[in-house]
Amino acid sequence: MSAGVLSKTVRGFTNALAQTLVSENSAHVHGLLQTLDPRVKLLGLLALVVAAALSRRLSVMAALFGLGVVLAVASRLSLWSLAKRVWLVAFGFTAMIAAPALFLTPGQTLYTLPFGSAAITEQGARSALLLIARVEAAVTLSTLLVLTTPWMHLLKALRTLLVPVEVIALLAMTHRYVVLLTETANAMFESRQSRMVGRLNGHEQRRLMVNTGGVLMSKTLELGNEVFLAMQSRGFRGEVRLLTDFRLRARDYLVISGFAAAVVTAVVMGR
Amino acid sequence: MHIPDGYLSPSTCAVMYAASAPCWWAALRRTRKKLFGRTLPLLSLFAAFSFVTMMFNLPLPGGTTGHAVGVGIAAIVLGPWASLLAISLALTIQALFFGDGGITTLGANCFNMAIAGSFAAWGIYQLVSLGAKAESRRRVVAAALAGYGAINLSALLAAIEFGIQPMLFHDATGTPLYAPYPLSVAIPAMMAGHLTIAGAAEAIMSAGLFSYLRRNEPALVGIASPVAARKTARSLCGALALVLLLTPLGIVASGAAWGEWAPRDFSDAAARAQIAAASGNSAAPLAAPSGLARLANLWTAPLPNYAPHFVKSGPFGYLLSAMFGVGLILAVAWVALHFTQSAKQRSEQ
Repeated sequence: MSAGVLSKTVRGFTNALAQTLVSENSAHVHGLLQTLDPRVKLLGLLALVVAAALSRRLSVMAALFGLGVVLAVASRLSLWSLAKRVWLVAFGFTAMIAAPALFLTPGQTLYTLPFGSAAITEQGARSALLLIARVEAAVTLSTLLVLTTPWMHLLKALRTLLVPVEVIALLAMTHRYVVLLTETANAMFESRQSRMVGRLNGHEQRRLMVNTGGVLMSKTLELGNEVFLAMQSRGFRGEVRLLTDFRLRARDYLVISGFAAAVVTAVVMGR
Repeated sequence: MHIPDGYLSPSTCAVMYAASAPCWWAALRRTRKKLFGRTLPLLSLFAAFSFVTMMFNLPLPGGTTGHAVGVGIAAIVLGPWASLLAISLALTIQALFFGDGGITTLGANCFNMAIAGSFAAWGIYQLVSLGAKAESRRRVVAAALAGYGAINLSALLAAIEFGIQPMLFHDATGTPLYAPYPLSVAIPAMMAGHLTIAGAAEAIMSAGLFSYLRRNEPALVGIASPVAARKTARSLCGALALVLLLTPLGIVASGAAWGEWAPRDFSDAAARAQIAAASGNSAAPLAAPSGLARLANLWTAPLPNYAPHFVKSGPFGYLLSAMFGVGLILAVAWVALHFTQSAKQRSEQ
């Protein structure tokens, strides 16, 4: 049991680190989306996510999902990996939430179960399908943004949405230390796991987790001081500057037009 | 509780972004001066810490495990403004980078967990630990309650956002276009897990980390000096007075709250129409349910409908009722505190 909780936590950390590596690797592949200006990608894909949220038609959501698949293929992303890590997870989670709506939503009876008196309503079935389709389309499009854009480029592109420069600096530092602290926490749990021979009861397990959290917090604060001193020694005087060297090229303008056309079509058709 | 894309309508998302934006702006303004100092790395690192603790599998009594958000301890250590920024940063990284929570729903997630959660946790901690000694066990209980209260308030807000979707956004056939469950389903479904598993995880994590920090980094958990405690009490009293003065705003809301119907509402055509509209177009029964009719007159409130009969003015009556309610709660709390302290003194003697 104790090993189970530790293993589960370590597995969670390993998955998060693996996901970071996968994103960094796929962002540097030479595909369609990777070669675009990050600002174009950010605005275009976000607008498509909003179009999916606005849509009230299954066909439009399916088309947006299809567009996402085409963009993924053109960006040389593994469809199998997308299916495993994104589509199946989103489907499982949403289907679990949407399933009771089949029976609970008032409306015309579509099918009565052979056992009991529970009936699937037409409105319930449509509502569940709409929810699943919308989530799949939105998740696919937002995942494309993350998988094809290096994190630092994505943050710099957020300036186009008028995000304050301090927030971008905070996000950049947070991301860097998320990876570092995840590695630290992972090492702490692994070392504890490797030294443990017996079984811990529930109270001891909770104490282990909370104490690890406490030690991690102490390390975090110590690191915060060291980082600040390092920033000061490198000339940090409170001003945050971003080096943005983005330049729009002909293909970016072409893709902007494509995104705009897709968004307008989806919004008009999805009403 | 991380609401993914697609569960909330774009207008709800826009409202939640609009509600969060002033809080982010005020928090940034308050911390901007400090950002030039150690706060920049401290906030980032605390956000990263919150992110990592969200991945801890915390074993809970009963054999299950849960995850904490870390909002309780963040509010206690950083204060509500910096805490709301730190948790918002962690949620943004989760949404943008790990796909946990949506991009369109980020405003709602930040409002529920980072903003409301931070203020609730901070308020509960300050209130429960008011006047407690540095080594008092009450401070640990306050930290646990802060985490528990914050996570449950966040869950309640998320449930309300889910629950209003089918009422506001459905097509001509009545098909819900976003989250399909009404408030009557969304609130119990959401709260069942949070009042038990998630609430317990947050309470244990907040109390455990608070105890650890009090032992090893006491300055961080701001064991308040008597002067600081007086200041906190003064600011809490000020906030309470402001909220009291705003109570007449409650009269602005029209109609009865869902489920708070009087037996006579079932035979009134206008009230029946309101009940049906608020209940996903389900028609109300023609007469009040027998249990409701029987029990409705069991207790006659001294100040019915927040309108004392001796006061003519509605807003003044509302204000007077609020003052009476707050005074009653403070009196009960004072009596409870008096008895607890007396019992403690007796046991120490």
